[in-house]
Amino acid sequence: MVATLGWKTGGPGGAGRLLAVENLEVVYDEVVLVLRGVSLTVPEGKIVALLGGNGAGKTTLLRALTGLLDIHDGDITKGSISLNGKRVDNLDAPRLVRQGISQVPEGRRIFAELTVEENLRAGAHSAPTGIADRFDRVYSLFPVLAQRRKGTAGFLSGGEQQMLAIGRALMSDPRYLLLDEPSLGLAPQLVQQIRELIVEINKGGTAVLLVEQNAHMALSISEHGYVMENGRVVMDKPSAELQQDDDVKEFYLGLHKEGELQSFRHVKHYRRRKRWLS
Amino acid sequence: MTRLLQSLAAGVGQGSIYALLALAFVIIYKSMRVVNFAVPGMMILGAYMVVYFGNVLGINFWIALLLAILVGAVVAFLIERLAIRPMIGKPVFAIAIITLGIDVLLRVVTSDLIGTNIRNIRDPWGLKTFNLGDVVIQHRRVAMVVAAALVCGLLFLFFRYSRIGLAMRATAFDQEAALTLGISVGTVFALSWVIAGGLSALAGMFVATGSGIDQQSAFVALKALPAVILGGIDSIPGAVVGALTVGIFEGLSNTYQIQYLPFLGQNFAQVVPYVILFIVLLVRPYGLFGTPEIERV
Repeated sequence: MVATLGWKTGGPGGAGRLLAVENLEVVYDEVVLVLRGVSLTVPEGKIVALLGGNGAGKTTLLRALTGLLDIHDGDITKGSISLNGKRVDNLDAPRLVRQGISQVPEGRRIFAELTVEENLRAGAHSAPTGIADRFDRVYSLFPVLAQRRKGTAGFLSGGEQQMLAIGRALMSDPRYLLLDEPSLGLAPQLVQQIRELIVEINKGGTAVLLVEQNAHMALSISEHGYVMENGRVVMDKPSAELQQDDDVKEFYLGLHKEGELQSFRHVKHYRRRKRWLS
Repeated sequence: MTRLLQSLAAGVGQGSIYALLALAFVIIYKSMRVVNFAVPGMMILGAYMVVYFGNVLGINFWIALLLAILVGAVVAFLIERLAIRPMIGKPVFAIAIITLGIDVLLRVVTSDLIGTNIRNIRDPWGLKTFNLGDVVIQHRRVAMVVAAALVCGLLFLFFRYSRIGLAMRATAFDQEAALTLGISVGTVFALSWVIAGGLSALAGMFVATGSGIDQQSAFVALKALPAVILGGIDSIPGAVVGALTVGIFEGLSNTYQIQYLPFLGQNFAQVVPYVILFIVLLVRPYGLFGTPEIERV
């Protein structure tokens, strides 16, 4: 079931502007091998979904993309990351943000003691010019943040905090936005709202790498999808195909082979998760 | 009544010195969770630098003070870069011990430079006093309060409105999240040490006003530690309130203890900060303004 890694087009323009990870290997503490040769591309202006269970290496991949491996004692031991053909895997986090790669970390990680506006201002740290325009853009995307501008961020609801985290990342005016499980811990209605916002952000020209456990949501808006397991990319297909794939249906969409929604009656049968590779 | 007001005035003045030193502790602790025991050494070095530039080289007092603050900041910057930065991620205890070692180093070197005599600085205040009603107040006490208030005001504006000040607050709250926004955490660390170094030098100058400095003067800075813990080690307003509390109680006990509690002996005021600390920690282990440590078991 290993798909080929054949998808390297640069979108309609064909200019080949993309964020590309090639054969990346990451080791923590010099012993724990977490990524075992991951390849993935995010073309400019597209939405790409990255699925996978806990411990598959999704977050590690994002850390590698945003220069956060250092503080977790992780190292890239093989492979490369390039942005429009230029190697960027040796850059530190502040430089990567200035290159236009911005991450919304898992669990939101907003600055709870600061006000909403201060959170956004901190997000614009790497790009202090033209800050007013970006405030306008974020406030028009998230009107609720504009209302609570002076409020302490820690008192926002979960959904509002997620919006603040996304807004904060947008303040650096990224060309690539990496979202780590934006739907985590949110009610279905809010997930729907976040989904629409991601589409909206993407329409503005920002490419999105959407890391999700909520495969339904991720595949419904993305153009292409990757499935990771055990530190490897095990599937690499257009999202529409992934949605039709039996294995993805079974393990990520919770659908039975016949297409009906999985129920608890069948759970026993699925207790042992099938692995594509080990 | 006069006596009370007079001892309060002296206490607030002394408390202002502690406030400057306490801010040096807290700013570093907030940005990198390091308890910096080198503050006494940094302070006495600053005090000596005022002596050196002002008396030995004979430069104008104010310029000498500026130069001393500059030296303090540069030394603090070097300490952070050379000794502390490589230890990031290592146990907090190990880093604290390193700062203790640096403190010893700074104090030994400065003691040698100071020599065995008391060294005076040519400050404009000396031991001059003025009368406010019946209360006699030293000029230098007023200068200390004004300086501390000015520093607090400037720091408030800096943290509230400046870009790098906001970055420092963000980093203090969540280092990794700050990194994802492109905030250079290294710059934040360096800047916090630079500010602390400058503040320590300023405090050192005030310690040297009046009666000058000798080889033992560095120990004054140790009283900033109870002030910091009293206020909560991660709170800037707490540091100021704690420092003033310690200063005031010290001043009061200087005046009244020998009269009302003579059995505690001479110089009990020296111990007062630690007694207050002990009592406050019994009631609020995280200090008056500190963040309670929430732990799930």
